[in-house]
Amino acid sequence: MGMTMTEKILAKHSGRDSVSAGDLLVSQLDLILANDITGPPAIDEFEKIGRPVFDKDKIALVPDHFSPCKDIKSAEMCKRLRDFAREHEITNYFEVGRMGIEHALLPDAGLIAPGEVIIGADSHTCTYGALNALATGVGQTDVGAAMASGTTWFKVPAAIKVELKGKLPKYVKGKDIILTIIGMIGVDGARYQSLEFCGEGISELAMSDRFTICNMAIEAGAKNGIFPVDEKTLDFLKGRVTREFTAVSADADAVYDREITIELDKLVPVVAYPHLPENVHPVSESTGIIIDQAVIGSCTNGRLEDLAQAAEVLKGHKVHPHVRCIIIPATQEIYQQAMKLGYIDTFIEAGVAVSTPTCGPCLGGYMGILAHGERAVSTTNRNFRGRMGHVDSEVYLASPYVAAASAVMGRIASPEEVIK
Amino acid sequence: MSKVWRYGDHVDTDVIIPARYLNIADFEELAEHAMEDIDLSFAPNVQKNDIIVAGRNFGCGSSREHAPMVLKVKGVKCIIADSFARIFYRNAINIGLPALEIGKEVEKIEAGDELEVNLTKGEIKIVNKGIVINTKPLPEFVQKIADCGGLINYVKGEN
Ligand code: SF4
Repeated sequence: MGMTMTEKILAKHSGRDSVSAGDLLVSQLDLILANDITGPPAIDEFEKIGRPVFDKDKIALVPDHFSPCKDIKSAEMCKRLRDFAREHEITNYFEVGRMGIEHALLPDAGLIAPGEVIIGADSHTCTYGALNALATGVGQTDVGAAMASGTTWFKVPAAIKVELKGKLPKYVKGKDIILTIIGMIGVDGARYQSLEFCGEGISELAMSDRFTICNMAIEAGAKNGIFPVDEKTLDFLKGRVTREFTAVSADADAVYDREITIELDKLVPVVAYPHLPENVHPVSESTGIIIDQAVIGSCTNGRLEDLAQAAEVLKGHKVHPHVRCIIIPATQEIYQQAMKLGYIDTFIEAGVAVSTPTCGPCLGGYMGILAHGERAVSTTNRNFRGRMGHVDSEVYLASPYVAAASAVMGRIASPEEVIK
Repeated sequence: MSKVWRYGDHVDTDVIIPARYLNIADFEELAEHAMEDIDLSFAPNVQKNDIIVAGRNFGCGSSREHAPMVLKVKGVKCIIADSFARIFYRNAINIGLPALEIGKEVEKIEAGDELEVNLTKGEIKIVNKGIVINTKPLPEFVQKIADCGGLINYVKGEN
């Protein structure tokens, strides 16, 4: 019986010739991730085991959620992470000033390669599927145990095949693709499953689009999302990953629970209304919605291409007087490149607040919290009740194009209304 | 006998424990905010051995283990749902908070019902209605982790 990409990776990492959906197995791990929120409790669990770390080069610790620390409590948590990293000589600890949002940072830092298995105590660990890795979010107890053992248990997920066809229309991006899919199948439409992408339409997608798509696989309930490797993937890996890796592709007779076809030509820019990512509507039907804030950034859409799209819209325009627009480059490297390319100037001239990398407002942490009754358009991945602040505030999810256009118009808007 | 706290579909981790409180490292203190964004009466009134009963996809959203943890700290005996989001389910197992996935049968249980749950037999009795629901036993591998008292002890035992 043929195998999916996910099955092939799990078979190899559990020392088997083949696996199929439903099998329980113990897998070797290539990288284990934790952040400033999940790291400290993971360390507590790790210390109960009383063994050394299994490999100091295969653990990544990133203080990004409430960092640079927003208060004394978060400072204590970051200190715990830092002290642990020093004590165990963890190679991949990323300090403030060198850090970024974990899911943008680790691929850029060359820590992810095709065919690898990565777990992270963060649900958006699934982002790395864009690089043909099996990456999934777990809890902090899983991470604490894995830091000692270098392994974890998995149930092999059933799969949904998502075939992408055709060409992407202008102003339609990865965010619109994944929101459209979530709108179709629902927030539990891929629960416990893997989303396996295929089809000639993939060649249309920049790596940034693929990261955005895999990032939000969890918003459809999926265990992981995964893309095959092509020229663009290899270009991305060049100069970042020097170790050997083995890319996987799906067998022609791989078994899927369900197949979905997405015709890229038919897609339009969309927004997900509160309070679930599945409440997807075309931007064109949403232009009456007044906003107070626009946030562009996060592990979903804080990459250079995302900032380029925001700059394309904001160039020569001003943020609407009633709107606060906040743009957060996802890593220091992206921040610097955006500066060299003039995007940061464009943003500041337009009246945008630009920040050092942090998760900040995405999880309602700090740096852009919403008051009672306020409404934001955001390029982040979750619009749950209270996610960005007050429980009576609202978050609308959209692409950087739409978020930037909305910032200028003071209401939800399509980029075509601004870019003439 | 356990009192039922009944919720709907897609109860996410941001309402189980809002991220704005995640800078609180002390679980007892953190648990005072459990469920507050959908139910202000939960944290002050929940009693030891109470049971949460919910619809589809309970615990969707972030991987924060703080979510099952605050419910456990509050004394919740187990969670019964139509279905669970996968990371929440995994976390609940790993920390020893039983999570029973029973599909549409969950619709028989309403707010205010009184339950008797036998976890080893996988039997849920709705006492006031005289209804018995039988659930699937936990998968063997998961049972092993549960028997060890959670994942950490399981890994310790591997030495
Ligand atoms: S940017 Fe948001 S979704 Fe991404 S890791 Fe940070 S808090 Fe999580």
